[in-house]
Amino acid sequence: MKTEGFMKFTTWATITAAAAICLLLAACGVSENATHEASMLDKDRKNAPEFALRDVNGATVRLSDYRGKVVLLNFWATWCDPCRVEIPWFIEFEQKNKDRGFAVIGISMDEQGWKVVRPFLAQMKVNYRNVVGTDMLAQLYGGVESLPTTFLIDREGRVASGHLGLVSKSVYQNEIQELLSAPPGKSGIPSLPGVQPVTAGSN
Amino acid sequence: MAVRNAPLTAKLTVQVSNGYHVNSNAPADEYLIPLKLTWDESALKAVETAYPKPELVNYSFSPKPLSVYSGQFDIVTRFQVPSGAALGPSVLVGKLRYQACNDSMCLPPKVVQVKLLIDIRTQ
Repeated sequence: MKTEGFMKFTTWATITAAAAICLLLAACGVSENATHEASMLDKDRKNAPEFALRDVNGATVRLSDYRGKVVLLNFWATWCDPCRVEIPWFIEFEQKNKDRGFAVIGISMDEQGWKVVRPFLAQMKVNYRNVVGTDMLAQLYGGVESLPTTFLIDREGRVASGHLGLVSKSVYQNEIQELLSAPPGKSGIPSLPGVQPVTAGSN
Repeated sequence: MAVRNAPLTAKLTVQVSNGYHVNSNAPADEYLIPLKLTWDESALKAVETAYPKPELVNYSFSPKPLSVYSGQFDIVTRFQVPSGAALGPSVLVGKLRYQACNDSMCLPPKVVQVKLLIDIRTQ
């Protein structure tokens, strides 16, 4: 038997060769019941990492441009079925709350980039801005090892909550309302000393 | 053992961790990533790869049943050993691409390498 990483296989010297591998998906660092919610008290919130990436039209999306707004930042992919459940909710949230200082930003983690993301957004009639993410950006947001992963960012550019996996619509609704109702902070999104914004071209 | 000018069957047994599923080799949706086993070029020619019959499973996050594999299943590849294949030990290298999810989240697509040691003989 040989083992390579989390894969093992066995061979037998017979006319019918056989091999066995074991996909230990939990070994990827995400436990079976890894869905979690984390809402942070105001005093515990940390700055959301800045980024500058192109949207579907080639325009630059900078998180710092959203200073003073509540932002729902959603990491997703076209191949992620649970992500598709949330997209219509986010379309609704954007529509209902955009005039109240709220915005959704989608970050697609599709390896094929705009080639697959562009038609998908059109098919889903997505009304909020999307960018194609990078591994570096995912690392800045804690690794984003599974999708969907969603963060709510307060008006001061701080991460107010994070959700790994599909959660209920009402959870988002409640958190958005809570953040929109909070008095606007005095400062915008603070810059991160020593950290350059993540950038990438449109492909 | 593989014999010149004869078929060789390789069975790959896959075990998916409890609570997870992978898309079958033929998911119903174009955006979903299929399970796919490919073999690198070698002295042996891969003639056919047979995947098991998928399960059609209803998940809370999907309006229609998904074509998936879970638990343990086998993928069988039939090779043909050419009459002029070099005798002695050889390694077949394959790549299994898959994308896994559980009830609420998905993991990025991955490729794992599989190696099959064979010994090619005249008979």
